Amino acid sequence: MNQAPDGEIVHFDNVGLRYGTDREVLSDVSFTLYPGSFYFLTGASGAGKTSLLKLLYLAQRPSRGMIRMFGADAITLPRDRLPALRRRLGVVFQDFRLVPHLSAVDNVSLPLRVAGIPERDIAKPVADMLEWVGLGDRMHARPATLSGGEQQRVAIARAVIGRPDLLVADEPTGNVDPDMAIKLLRLFEALNRLGTTVVVATHDVHLLKKVPESLIMRLDKGRLSDPTGALRYPPKRATAGAGEDEA
Amino acid sequence: MLSWRRLSGVGEHELVPQARLSGPMPWVIAIMVALTVIAAAAGLALHNAADATSAELRGGVTVQVVEASPEKRTRQAQAVVRRLGQMPEVESVRLVPQDELDGLIEPWLGGKAGHDDDDYEGDDAAAIPVPALIDARITGEVTEARLAAIQAALRGDAPAARVDAQSRWLKPVLDAIESLQWLAIALVALLALALAAAVLLAVRSALGANRDTIEIVHLLGATDRQVARVFQRTTGIDAAGGGLLGVALALVVLLFLARRFASLGAGMVDYGALDWFDWIVLGLVPIAAIALAMLTARLTVLRTLRKML
Repeated sequence: MNQAPDGEIVHFDNVGLRYGTDREVLSDVSFTLYPGSFYFLTGASGAGKTSLLKLLYLAQRPSRGMIRMFGADAITLPRDRLPALRRRLGVVFQDFRLVPHLSAVDNVSLPLRVAGIPERDIAKPVADMLEWVGLGDRMHARPATLSGGEQQRVAIARAVIGRPDLLVADEPTGNVDPDMAIKLLRLFEALNRLGTTVVVATHDVHLLKKVPESLIMRLDKGRLSDPTGALRYPPKRATAGAGEDEA
Repeated sequence: MLSWRRLSGVGEHELVPQARLSGPMPWVIAIMVALTVIAAAAGLALHNAADATSAELRGGVTVQVVEASPEKRTRQAQAVVRRLGQMPEVESVRLVPQDELDGLIEPWLGGKAGHDDDDYEGDDAAAIPVPALIDARITGEVTEARLAAIQAALRGDAPAARVDAQSRWLKPVLDAIESLQWLAIALVALLALALAAAVLLAVRSALGANRDTIEIVHLLGATDRQVARVFQRTTGIDAAGGGLLGVALALVVLLFLARRFASLGAGMVDYGALDWFDWIVLGLVPIAAIALAMLTARLTVLRTLRKML
C-alpha cells in the first residue's frame, strides 16, 4: 500500500473550496485520517459535508490548500493517476448515483469490472453481497424499479464490494429503516475492523453512539471544529470514544 | 450461453448504454462508404485508362508524307518505310493501308475522300489528297530531339514528311484524365473528413447524453481509456454494419455503370476496367472507414474526458 511514512491515509492542510466566485464553502480545513479509523462527519445542512466528501473521493479539487491521499499529492497528481487512487476508495453517494441502465447486480459489479477483475471472480461475491443487504431477490432489477431504501443498499453494496482502503459514505442510512441502518453500520464496522478507514457523513446523532470507537468531525459553516487539535494532530493511536463529547 | 461480456473479457461495454451511442450512425457511414467506393473506383478506372493508353502510345511515331502527286507520295512513303526499317532504334514500322485511311477519315469527309488516284472514277471535287501515314514504334521515350533526328534522316526520301509523337495527340485527354483522378482523390479525402466529422458529432452527443454515467464510472476508478474503448467498440460495430451496407450499395452502382460503359465499346473505356488489385483497394475502403471511425471515436472521447476531473 502506498502511504505516507507516518501511516496517514489522508491529510488535509488548510484546504479551502469555493465554487466559481462565490464565498468559500470550506475554509482552512485541516485533518488527518489514519488507517483503520472510523470517523463520523457531522454538521448542519449547508455546513459543507458533501463538499468535503467530494474532495475526499476526488470528485473535486480544492481552491487552495494541500491534500495528500495514500501518500500522493492529490492536487498536483496527473489525471491519469487518479483512477488508481479512486479504486482504493468506496463511495456511497447521497443521491446513490446508480447507473440507470444497469441492474442491481451489474451496478454492484461495476467497481470490480472497472478494476479488471475476471468475470468468474465477480458473480459470487456480488450475489453474496446483495443477499447480505437483503436484495437477493432484486438482483436483476433496474434502479428505477427499486425503492429509495433498496437503491441505497445497492449503492452501499457497490461501495464496499471492492474492500476499499477508504470508505466515504454520505448519509448512507438516510433512506433505510432503523434496523437496516444498524445492519449497514455493522457492515461498515466489520469493514473497519478489516482495515478500511470509514468516513460517514450523517445528520443522525443516534448513529454516532452506535460506534463507540469512532472519531467525530464536525463542520460548521465550512470550518472544521477541532478545538483540541485531535483531528489535525491526533495522538499516535486514536483512543476509543474520542470526540464523542462533541456529538 | 456465451454473453458479450464474457467474449469481451471485462464487460466494459456495460459501462455506458450501447443503444444510446448508435442513432443514425450506421446509415451515415453506409452512405459515406458507398460514395467513397464509387469515387475510388472512378479514380482507379481513370488511372487504368490513362495508364493503358499511355503505354500503348509510348514509343509511337507517325510519319505523314504530304505530297500532292499520288505516285510521288507512294514512292516517298515506301522510301520512308525502308529508311525507318534501317534505323536501329525503330522496333517496327508499318505503312497504313489505304482502306484503313479511308476508314479513319470517312466519318468526317465521306467515303470518296482520299481517292485522288487516276483510276478512281468518283466525284473529282470529293477527291482530297490525303497524306500517306506510316506508323512506327521506337525504343524508349519519344522526345522532341529524337523526332527532329528522325525528320532529318527522312528529309532525303520525303522532303515534306512530318514526324509526330502519337502521344502528343492524346496529351490534352490524358491531362484531363489526370485532373479527374485528382478530383477522385480529393473526393475520397473529403468523404473521409466528412465521415470523421459525423462520428465526432455523434460521439460528442453520446458523451453529453451519458455524462452522468461516465462521471460515475470515473469516480469508481474507470480510466479514460476504458470509457473510450466502450465508444470505440460501439462505433466499430456501427461502422462495420454501415461499411458492409455501403459496399453492397456501391457494388450495385458500379456494376450498373460498368454495363453502361461496356456498351459504349470505345477503346479507352475498355482500358478503364478494374483489375484484381483495384478490387482489393475498394475492399479496403470499408475497413479503412471502420478504422477511421474507431480512431475518431477514441480521440474524441479521450479529448473530451480530459476536461473532466
